[in-house]
Amino acid sequence: MEFNFTPENLERINAEIKKYPKKQSAVMAALYIAQEQNGYITNEIMVKIAELLDMHPHDVLSVVTFYTMYFQKPMGKYHIQVCTNVSCMLRGAYDIWNQLKEKLKIDNLEVTPDGKFSLEEVECMGSCGTAPMFAINEDYYENLTKEKVEEIINSLN
Amino acid sequence: MIKIVLPDIPNLHQLEVYKQNGGYTAIKKALSQSPDDIIDQVKRSGLRGRGGAAFSTGLKWSFMPKTTDKPKYLCVNGDESEPGSFKDRQIFEYNPHQLIEGILISCYAIGAKTCYIYIRGEYHKWIKLMQNAIDDAYAAGLVGEAMKSTFNTDFYCDIYIHKGAGAYICGEESALMNSIEGKRGYPRVKPPFPAQNGLWGCPTTINNVETIANIPPIINNGWEWFASIGEPKHPGTILFGVSGHVNKPGVYELPTGTLLTDIIYNYAGGIPGNKKILCIIPGGSSMPPLRGDQIEGVKMDAESLKAAGSAIGTGGIMVMDEDTDLVKVLARIAHFYHHESCGQCTPCREGTGWLEKILKRIIAGKGSVSDLDLLITVANQIEGNTICALGEAAAWPVKYMVERFRDYFEQRVSKEINLEVANKVHSMRHSSITVEGIVH
Ligand SMILES: Cc1cc2nc3c(=O)[nH]c(=O)nc-3n(C[C@H](O)[C@H](O)[C@H](O)COP(=O)(O)O)c2cc1C
Ligand code: SF4
Ligand code: FES
Repeated sequence: MEFNFTPENLERINAEIKKYPKKQSAVMAALYIAQEQNGYITNEIMVKIAELLDMHPHDVLSVVTFYTMYFQKPMGKYHIQVCTNVSCMLRGAYDIWNQLKEKLKIDNLEVTPDGKFSLEEVECMGSCGTAPMFAINEDYYENLTKEKVEEIINSLN
Repeated sequence: MIKIVLPDIPNLHQLEVYKQNGGYTAIKKALSQSPDDIIDQVKRSGLRGRGGAAFSTGLKWSFMPKTTDKPKYLCVNGDESEPGSFKDRQIFEYNPHQLIEGILISCYAIGAKTCYIYIRGEYHKWIKLMQNAIDDAYAAGLVGEAMKSTFNTDFYCDIYIHKGAGAYICGEESALMNSIEGKRGYPRVKPPFPAQNGLWGCPTTINNVETIANIPPIINNGWEWFASIGEPKHPGTILFGVSGHVNKPGVYELPTGTLLTDIIYNYAGGIPGNKKILCIIPGGSSMPPLRGDQIEGVKMDAESLKAAGSAIGTGGIMVMDEDTDLVKVLARIAHFYHHESCGQCTPCREGTGWLEKILKRIIAGKGSVSDLDLLITVANQIEGNTICALGEAAAWPVKYMVERFRDYFEQRVSKEINLEVANKVHSMRHSSITVEGIVH
């Protein structure tokens, strides 16, 4: 399948390039934009970005594999990130994590067969004072209880 | 109670409200003085960095070369990934213009024309809020080329947000610069220090979000005013984030030197069920943990905490009650540092894996007393032998937790030395360790 950035997205990447004296600095933003358009990062995308930013494709790959927020395989429509670090753990994060694993019948970094949900155990998200928490795509859900989790997951379609 | 960074003013995040409350007057005042005067005032104010090391901000600024033909940069560190820290996001949300104004003054003082605010990728919402404030400031001619005519000056500076993508190590200042350059977030060997050789090889200063947000009030009210708040050696207020087993977790802005017990019992509402405190980490998970009986009379500032055997770090206070399983907590902390080690230095890359593996063995009931000494040995071999301070961050919690809770840990392990395991540990040297469930 051929990948091409939409004209709007190409423009967004160009705007990112303008923030920096060197094009390469826009690689993280370009990867986000690509992931938004395609769902995940393919080799073809990395080659395209390399061309746009005068980089070697290997250097794009090395960025993709360093940061945890870029995916090289499709994730669920709703990607759920559960923090289990200490402050969350002290307030029941592992109960939430196990509840989700059981409910969705998937493990860390797996996707449900219908492609609707994926699950990820993550490190501190900066919500320690409103723990336990998870994020679904870009939104934080804080002060979670088992009931709230049920409600939130059931409300997604 | 004095509040410098997060005053109780409704809708302060809006430009108009910020202006009505004296906003963008400090930059005017600063521009009427010389950059060196500003650096001098910040130095005298006693402001120390809020990003972890509590280094003098004015002194750091003074390291920036005065004569250079290279561009200079300011990086504002909003990576906020230290477990237990959740304060910078409050500034993005409730007082973004004070951060912007602080950036303008800081850039003027060090001679930078470009500032990058590095914000962790997970903070989508706060990145948007911050960007909205920056856009409003640009539209009002307060940032960028337009500020020349607004303030009738030659100075101007641009502010951009750089979005991270999920890597704790990018909070380390040199890793942060590599990340902005579009590379892996690998910490750099120091020296050279950023003031000499930073972003793209140019002079660069890196400061935490909260540090920079303190600058406008210092300029407006004078360094004497700031220096008189809290502890003289570490003045001002700190945004203390309290989490874990307390009734009212949250961010509390309080003067330095406030008693730790005061923060926990009066502000954060005490411990649920009136339980006793078993353990406290006073400055984010990288700092040495304290026993519940070590906190009486301990004040929250860099010097007092050092004397008490810990460090102020990011002011993230993690509270654990008497029913907490400390072995599990420590194993979770060890897992974090193993996961976040960038892998450049062998002691950190391998050592953090060992720490996690040994702690998991203890949880599984297969540990022996020799494991406790082994944990300390491994921690000691990481500490001081690495490129960046993640080494210390991984070593300290393990070393001090095991030392300070020796009885507790001994009760969880067998008194017999398990020779089979001991031999296995010895032979781990020769094979790379895989620990289940760890993805790099
Ligand atoms: C592993 C590691 C992670 C760090 N993470 C952060 C961070 O998230 N935010 C921050 O401001 N400083 C962080 N620091 C400290 C920075 O390297 C740097 O000292 C700080 O941003 C300087 O700002 P300050 O002088 O205003 O405190 C980290 C340091 C290390 C070693
Ligand atoms: S100490 Fe750890 S995180 Fe820091 S550079 Fe070395 S391997 Fe990377
Ligand atoms: S520990 Fe979970 S958000 Fe900080």
